[in-house]
Amino acid sequence: MIWNENIECMDRDNLRKIQSIRLKKIVEYVYHNTPFYRKKMQELGLTPDDINDLDDIAKLPFTTKLDLRDNYPFGLCAVPMSQIVRIHASSGTTGKPTVVGYTRKDLSIWTECLSRCFTAYGAGSSDIFQIAYGYGLFTGGLGAHYGAENIGASVIPMSSGNTEKQITLMHDFGSTVLCCTPSYSLFIADAIKDSELPREDFKLKVGVFGAEPWTESMRKEIEEKLAIKAYDMYGLSEIAGPGVGYECECQNGTHLNEDHFFPEIIDPKTLQPVAPGQMGELVFTHLTKEGMPLLRYRTKDLTALHYDKCSCGRTLVRMDRILGRSDDMLIIRGVNVFPTQIESVILEMPEFEPHFLLTVDRVNNTDMMELKVEVRPDFYSDEINKMITLKKKLVARLHSVLGLGVEVKLVEPRSIERSVGKAKRVIDNRKL
Amino acid sequence: MVAKQLSIFLENKQGRLTEVTRVLAEEGINLSALCIAENADFGILRGIVSDPDKAYKVLKDKHFAVSITDVVGINCPNVPGALAKVLDYLSESGVFIEYMYSFANNGSANVIIRPNDMENCIRILTEKKVDLLAASDLYKL
Repeated sequence: MIWNENIECMDRDNLRKIQSIRLKKIVEYVYHNTPFYRKKMQELGLTPDDINDLDDIAKLPFTTKLDLRDNYPFGLCAVPMSQIVRIHASSGTTGKPTVVGYTRKDLSIWTECLSRCFTAYGAGSSDIFQIAYGYGLFTGGLGAHYGAENIGASVIPMSSGNTEKQITLMHDFGSTVLCCTPSYSLFIADAIKDSELPREDFKLKVGVFGAEPWTESMRKEIEEKLAIKAYDMYGLSEIAGPGVGYECECQNGTHLNEDHFFPEIIDPKTLQPVAPGQMGELVFTHLTKEGMPLLRYRTKDLTALHYDKCSCGRTLVRMDRILGRSDDMLIIRGVNVFPTQIESVILEMPEFEPHFLLTVDRVNNTDMMELKVEVRPDFYSDEINKMITLKKKLVARLHSVLGLGVEVKLVEPRSIERSVGKAKRVIDNRKL
Repeated sequence: MVAKQLSIFLENKQGRLTEVTRVLAEEGINLSALCIAENADFGILRGIVSDPDKAYKVLKDKHFAVSITDVVGINCPNVPGALAKVLDYLSESGVFIEYMYSFANNGSANVIIRPNDMENCIRILTEKKVDLLAASDLYKL
């Protein structure tokens, strides 16, 4: 099902015309209403008259999370506080929180975007939504809440935590859609199993997962354990919150609501745009935001965009699964390498455990990568040839993904350190 | 006739082999045959032990990459041409040998063979009246 067919399936030439008109308008708007951008543009010798079509976007300055922090809390707002009706903020784990202000129109556009998401997941007015994202400063809870109300669904504003109660109400109220982080859904799945309530007493059919990166193998695990269909919802509070992008029934990438949030992919090193389909850092420009519009906001998320029409009928651009963060990027012999690329290769091959340790060294002025991986117990062979063939298979796969040779070392089970938090998976010994 | 051989994947790291033998010693498990296949960064230890099931369990509990592989043991005279004759029987019938190891002692030699087709291998060797070692005898060597 499609919520807004006019936009979601619009001919791309017409969509570009709308984006182009909106871009020109927003640049004019921030130039006159956000001193930060006027100053930045003046430094670059730009005026709104220099922006006439979408390609001119490359002339505009970037915005980073640091800019948001430097202008804490409301320095980037383009409207007086009298027009701001909602304030959200990030958790601020690495310093001050980043703050976002919404006008009434911003909230209604956000709700429209979420309505598109939920409709694409097959949800409608007869569904019962259990929103288990945190309610509060975090955008997840309230964002999903208003989107679900807008499509006419019944909303249970559970917020996160209190898993026992989550399960009881899910069971008693007959929730059909669960919105939460993918990791929390696995927690809920285990708790349902422990509760010994029979699965057939639950009505749950769809899961809406976002707010943290997850992999295809995690999707399979969730779908199996909860016996539901699991969909990705992409978002970030700086841009809107959840609902910036969503998967359709084809699950062939995440459609971006690009009539409101214009996406670009840049090379995080040269900051130049890359060709469509190429991987790089995702950058968004607000096309319609009033409260706190941002130009070319660098998300640090690494992905690629595909512009061909989806079999669902939507023409909105499709984004690949987030491959990682540009902060994690390594430059090996001039080639950009992301640890997540290595992770994805290993995850695809059932022969290996999902743990690895990559060591980078400089030997005779050449960068060398050594990758330690553990073979899964079932795949150890007592024949040297088979082990070498397995190793070669991984080397070849890595070479085709990275375009670089990697020295693979098969190691014994559990010899790679497991950590509870963020795993240390790269050691760079180069003294540069 | 089919005997259980322990196969253990080991990194080329100081002390790994010692560790395996120590674990087996602590459990009172005896090694009656042993060979190591190696390449640049890892090796595979193959061995016949007095109690393969127990050895498998204790090594597994210590997170060694251990598996059990079926092998067959034969005894042949320690004279020129004796092994050639046995190998001839197998190759004529299309049985390949993945690997083997052996040692002669006085008048006879014990040979451990890992064939690609165990069923055929045993059938041929039995037909040709080759002296096959019972698994229990191998473990007790």
